[in-house]
Amino acid sequence: MKVLVAVKRVIDYNVKIRVKLDQTGVVNEHVKFSINPFDEIAVEQALRLREAGVAEEVIVVSAGSLKSQETLRYALALGADRAILLEQEEDSESLQPLAVAKLLQQVAEQEQPGLILLGKQAIDDDSNQVGQMLAALLDWPQGCFASDLQLQDSSLQLTREIDGGLETLALDLPAVVTADLRLNRPRFAKLPDIMKAKKKPLQVIEIAQTGIDVTPHLKRLRVQAPPPRPPGVMLSSVDELLAKLGEEGVLQ
Amino acid sequence: MKILLIAEHDNQTIKPSTLNALTAAGQLGDAVDVLVAGCNCDNVVESLRSQAGIHQVRVVDDERYQHPLAENLQTLILPLAEEYDGLLAAATTFGKNLMPGLASRLDVAMIGDVVEILSVDTFVRPIYAGNALETVQSTDHIKVLTVRSTAFAIMEEGTGQAEVTVLPAASTSARVRFVGQQLSDSTRPELSVARVIVSGGRGLGSAENFALLEKLADKLGAAVGASRAAVDAGFVPNDYQVGQTGKIVAPDLYLAFGISGAIQHLAGMKESKLIVAVNQDPDAPIFQVADYGLVADLFDVLPELIEHC
Repeated sequence: MKVLVAVKRVIDYNVKIRVKLDQTGVVNEHVKFSINPFDEIAVEQALRLREAGVAEEVIVVSAGSLKSQETLRYALALGADRAILLEQEEDSESLQPLAVAKLLQQVAEQEQPGLILLGKQAIDDDSNQVGQMLAALLDWPQGCFASDLQLQDSSLQLTREIDGGLETLALDLPAVVTADLRLNRPRFAKLPDIMKAKKKPLQVIEIAQTGIDVTPHLKRLRVQAPPPRPPGVMLSSVDELLAKLGEEGVLQ
Repeated sequence: MKILLIAEHDNQTIKPSTLNALTAAGQLGDAVDVLVAGCNCDNVVESLRSQAGIHQVRVVDDERYQHPLAENLQTLILPLAEEYDGLLAAATTFGKNLMPGLASRLDVAMIGDVVEILSVDTFVRPIYAGNALETVQSTDHIKVLTVRSTAFAIMEEGTGQAEVTVLPAASTSARVRFVGQQLSDSTRPELSVARVIVSGGRGLGSAENFALLEKLADKLGAAVGASRAAVDAGFVPNDYQVGQTGKIVAPDLYLAFGISGAIQHLAGMKESKLIVAVNQDPDAPIFQVADYGLVADLFDVLPELIEHC
């Protein structure tokens, strides 16, 4: 079985982002980028399935500018076998979840994976949509926000995080699974693997050649910083704190 | 505009977040229908019948909908979609699981986690875990939205007279099956909907000490949260984690004990209405977002709070 994993290059989660003065987006220059943390968990899960002998090949795929090659190389260094970049140089930030889902649908139809893994959301646009959209387009079962998965023959026993606790589903393969934080703890890339990853196959497909309409359905009018919080008050005792909480009326 | 709101419920009671979403639906459209798909869900339908702001409650009561599987709900909702200008649900794990697939099957975009409705096609949503707000305009004929419940107040009930209509069940998928669920201790509210959250960081020092927080939480009817540092240190399970890579919360009151305030933690809780931080380090970044700060030993403060709250 092949496992396809979708990954996204995002601003590193430790960076404090800044909104551009012209309100068109956030500042991308001189900022550290990394693999989306949830996607890293998805890659790790795919590698574990291969190590357990249930998957033969792990293919990582990303959509974006040529810079996304570094994210794919990182996934290759972690252990993925090969990579596909769906490349759009101009305005790659305008690729929206629906467009990405359609692109991944095409890749899935060509590669015929038994399982597609994705992070549950990217930490830049926080959409939490691509996996679900892809499952619906492919008409495959979906298992979103997975915290555990066990493969049994041609079906998947999957535990997912829901607001009130956990839910367990059985999904027939092929299926689409999105990873939540608890699914696993990703490994680190070792230096020799980083060197080796440079020689692994990375195919670049221009999005313009796919025939898929990636025109945004949402027009971004502006991006603004949230209103700042009013400065706080430092208190000197628990009594004072209790008095303030009483005044605010938040304890009822 | 005609809106269809997808109700989330447990076949007994409606989830409060659906009522928040009803407010949003009322802002977006002039006629709001609510879909209740469930099994033996009369109580849910009854409670909605008198709820203000609903034109029609559309009910499917069938064992196929005992558990809300996205695939089956999508098959049910899709044929209804063309009657509406908007499909809406709360941005809970239920809504986030269900709505994107509806959008892609309709070949429209989804607008997730909406916090403000500016017009029939223009919405504000947080990005970068709330560190920026994006205003987007939809060009689609049907708007598919999830709305953040903390951004919309619940409407008063009791003045409505919604019409109740019954729909037939749709076909279901054999390729996905419900196996079971394990709901957390129901005596404490869920993090994502709690009105008060008591949260602990590395400063708690051990898993045992989290019991102190739990004691305070139970007194306040609060949920218990944690920073990533506390999770990484093994004090609490990962589903306690508040932050960009954990749960994003916006309670009325967020009490942070022994949390230094790493960016990724702040991103998950700084939308809280009132933030109180207790930390021994006067330079801890958590104090920059706190409305009230107290530089003190949390092991002195917690017992006093437990006693007096």
